[in-house]
Amino acid sequence: MSVFWAICRQHAVLAWRGGHTTLAVAFLFIGVTLMPFGLGPELALLQALAPGLLWVVLIMALLTSLDRLFQADYEDGSLDQMMLMPLPLEFVVLAKLLGHYIALVLPLLLAVPLAGLLLNLAPAHLPMLLLAMLAGSPALVLLGGIGASLAVSVRRGGLLTVLLSLPFYVPVMIFGAGASRQALAGEVDETRLAILLLISLASLLAAPVAIAAALRNAVR
Amino acid sequence: MAKPQKNFLPNAYPDPAHLRLEGLACSRGARQLFEGISQTLAPGEALALYGANGSGKTSLLRQIAGFLPVEVGTISFGDTRPPRVHFIGHADGLKNPLRVGETLAFDAALWGAPKNAIDLLPLLGLDNRGWQTVGDLSAGQRRRLALAKLCLAPRPVWLLDEPMTALDAAGQHLIDTLAGAHLAAGGILVASSHVPLGFATQTLTLGAAS
Repeated sequence: MSVFWAICRQHAVLAWRGGHTTLAVAFLFIGVTLMPFGLGPELALLQALAPGLLWVVLIMALLTSLDRLFQADYEDGSLDQMMLMPLPLEFVVLAKLLGHYIALVLPLLLAVPLAGLLLNLAPAHLPMLLLAMLAGSPALVLLGGIGASLAVSVRRGGLLTVLLSLPFYVPVMIFGAGASRQALAGEVDETRLAILLLISLASLLAAPVAIAAALRNAVR
Repeated sequence: MAKPQKNFLPNAYPDPAHLRLEGLACSRGARQLFEGISQTLAPGEALALYGANGSGKTSLLRQIAGFLPVEVGTISFGDTRPPRVHFIGHADGLKNPLRVGETLAFDAALWGAPKNAIDLLPLLGLDNRGWQTVGDLSAGQRRRLALAKLCLAPRPVWLLDEPMTALDAAGQHLIDTLAGAHLAAGGILVASSHVPLGFATQTLTLGAAS
C-alpha cells in the first residue's frame, strides 16, 4: 500500500513542479475571464450560461494536462520501471491517476467558486455545481487516461490524446452540465448526480485495466 | 572515492532464480535480429551480451524482462514465479525536477524498500549531491543514481543494458563491485556491453552467425 501512495505522491509532486497545476488553473481563469467579453455584459445571460461554461472550461483545462499523464514516463524510461514495480500495473496506473486528480482536478475545483463569481453565479448555486463536478470529475481523469495511454507511443501525441478522450467526455458533459443547470433553479438533481457517479464508478473499474493493457503494448 | 559499504546487498537471495533461454528468436518488423539463442544461467552466473549496434542486445534484454513478447522459443526462470527482475536501460527513468535525495527516497518507497536510501549516496559516489536537481547531473552521475534501485530492492535477476556507458573508471568499478556482490549472493545477471565485462561467466555474441 505504501508503494501505491508513493507513486501517487510522486506523480502529484511532478505535476506541481512541472507547472501543470498552475497552467491548468490559469487556463480555467483565462477562459472564464474572456467569456463576458464574448457574450456581452448581461448578468442574467451570464448566470444562465455559467454552469455549462464552467464545465467546458474545466474540461478544456484538464485536457491541457492529459498528455503529460504517461508521455513523460514513456520518454524517460519510467514506463519500463512501472512494469516491474512490486504492485500490479493496474494499481500503478490507478495511483498515478489519483495523483493526477489530486494535483490537477482538486485545485481546479477549488478555483471554480471564484470563477463562478466572475460569471455572476450566486454562492447558493455553488454547492450543487461542485457536487456535480465532484461526481463527474473522476470519470474525466479515468477516461482521459485511456486516451493518453493509447497515444503514449506517438510523438507529440497531445492532439491524438484529446481527440481520443473527447467522445468519452460527452456523456459526462451532458449529465454534469444538466445537473449544474438545475442548481440555478435551486433544485437537487439526484438522477443526473447518480448517473455521473455511475459513470465515474464504471470508469474506475474499466479504465485502469484498459490503460494498463495499452501501456503494456507501448513498452514493446 | 566511495568507501566500500557492507550489507548494501543481501548475503544470499532468499529466492534465487535460474534463467533458461531455449531456441529464442526475435524479429523487429521484417528484420530477423537473432535466432536459435539457447543459454542457461544458474544462480551466481552472469552472461555478457556482445554484438554490433542493432544486433538485438537490447531486444533480448527486453524479452527477458517481459516487455517484448516472445514469439519463438521460451524463457523460463526456474521456480521463481513471478520473476523479480531489475532492468536498467538507456532511458534511466529519472525525473529531472526532483532532487537527488528525493529521488532516492521515492525509489525506496516505490520499490517497497525499508532502507534508509540516503545512505547509498557515498556508495554511488554521489556524496554531497543530495540537494542537487537530477536535471543538473552529468550523464555518468545519472547512471550512478539509476543504479540505486539495485541496492534498494534486492532482486535476484538483473538486466543491464550497456551499464558501462558514460561511466568513469570509478563508476565502472562500482558496477563491478555491485555485480560481484550480486553474483556472490546467488543472483544472476545479463548485461550487454561494448567493453569486456570482468564479472561475466558466460558470453554471447549476437549477430555473429549471420
